[in-house]
Amino acid sequence: MALKFPIFMDAQSTTPCDPRVVEAMLPYFTDKFGHPASRNHPFGWEAEAAVDAARGRLARLIGARDPKELVFTSGGTEAINLALKGVAEMYREKGTHIVTTVIEQRAGIDVCKRLERQGLQVTYVPVQPDGLIDVDEIRKAVTDKTILISVMFANNEIGTIQDIAAIGKLAKEKGILFHTDATQAVGKTPVDVEAMGIDLLSCTAHLIYGPKGVGALYVRRKGPRVRLAPLFDGGGHERGMRSGTLPVPLIVGFGRAAEICQESMVEENRRIARMRDRLQDMILSSVDEAFLNGRPDRRLAGNLNISFAYVEGESVLMGLNKETALSSGSACTSATLEPSYVIAALGASAELAHSSIRFSLHRFNTDEEVEYVGQRTIEVIKRLRDMSPLYELAKEGVDIKTIKWKAE
Amino acid sequence: MAYSEKVVDHYNNPRNVGSFTKDTPGVGTGLVGAPECGDVMKLQIKVNLETGVIEDARFKTFGCGSAIASSSLATEWLKGKTVDEAAKIKNTDIVNELKLPPVKIHCSVLAEDAIKAALADYKEKQAPQTAGAASQ
Repeated sequence: MALKFPIFMDAQSTTPCDPRVVEAMLPYFTDKFGHPASRNHPFGWEAEAAVDAARGRLARLIGARDPKELVFTSGGTEAINLALKGVAEMYREKGTHIVTTVIEQRAGIDVCKRLERQGLQVTYVPVQPDGLIDVDEIRKAVTDKTILISVMFANNEIGTIQDIAAIGKLAKEKGILFHTDATQAVGKTPVDVEAMGIDLLSCTAHLIYGPKGVGALYVRRKGPRVRLAPLFDGGGHERGMRSGTLPVPLIVGFGRAAEICQESMVEENRRIARMRDRLQDMILSSVDEAFLNGRPDRRLAGNLNISFAYVEGESVLMGLNKETALSSGSACTSATLEPSYVIAALGASAELAHSSIRFSLHRFNTDEEVEYVGQRTIEVIKRLRDMSPLYELAKEGVDIKTIKWKAE
Repeated sequence: MAYSEKVVDHYNNPRNVGSFTKDTPGVGTGLVGAPECGDVMKLQIKVNLETGVIEDARFKTFGCGSAIASSSLATEWLKGKTVDEAAKIKNTDIVNELKLPPVKIHCSVLAEDAIKAALADYKEKQAPQTAGAASQ
């Protein structure tokens, strides 16, 4: 099959909608446009039934006992905001301390920073060099004031999957609520809120081949019954936790996307992991001083994150971006001019944090695409190293760390 | 981020990539930036000792596309200039030529620093020789 450009390997930023998802959504824009809260006519009933069916599909995917435990939101960011702010406000009398980690995605970190400004205490547990959070570090961070533990299920940069069941067990033992940001995990790796002791879980549709603009928060109803202060005031939809007219077509798409993931996860993960492993082998066998980030055996199937010493991430992407969409932890790819805090938190040198490239594969990638991207990446790295003063110094046997750099 | 055509051109066809042997007479070397900041530039000039004109220039850069383009452009501009003329190249000239966005201005600053460092190194290497010549 001929290659079609550009090739998309940035599936941890977003995914294309599966055509089956679009097909399921379409009638709900036009013929079936009712408001699910309209209780007195068939348009409303039809919309409500569609939302309930989608809720059920998502509940099955994450192992929720009752579909009512799912609250639809505008996406992962809102779900995380609702979970953390909602708990902080509702349980203020009980305590004012939250335990989270240094590798949460921006939404998690930024909500915690705001809560700190509002007087809460937050402990950011460090990460081990392999990308895993040590559950004992969480245990040590917990105090009698702790009301919530919030740890991401799988990391957005390095794909590392945390030991969520162990953290859930610890939370139960201590009687503390447990939230997990599972935006990267749901649909990609088995998630079971019951077996894993999860009280709150954030997820989003657009990372599982569903539409952008819809996400969900799982809120446990029994053992314990979790209560949340809402972010918005309004009509009291979603059991009072999230007012606002439900975007029925997006929710239907989310439900269909969840259903497809559940049906195909095992086979799909095997196929995607095989392509990912091929890409990894190709690159690591022909590029020296290339370092895999994150623990290889506890990774999302589609994730591959490599730091290429002596070349800067954005310059690598620039060499590829006409034909291949990837992402980098390089400072230059972000507005902040700070390199990846996740790679830096692993204990890598700042230089390697500037040099990380994330390949994230998805359902629609092909073996041919993998071969092409692997070859092109190798070529670009070689070309940039020929241009790199650091590579030249290293080849001359100079230890770069012994040079006195004048940092600006 | 979209790059200007000139940045893309310098990135795809960098001018004067390479190195001179540091201790060759007339060669001045500037090494600026820091790996932990994501930018390091090595810029070298080769000056004709009789005319004081920069005959050749080379660079190697670790950094983003705009950093590579800034240093590539700098080597182009240096060739044919006298040492004094070279000292007048400003980072704003580079910004204008490459149409660098505000977040990339530091790349042009680093290129100016690299030029200054190479010129200073050249002058420092000349100083003892000039002193020696005067005393003869």
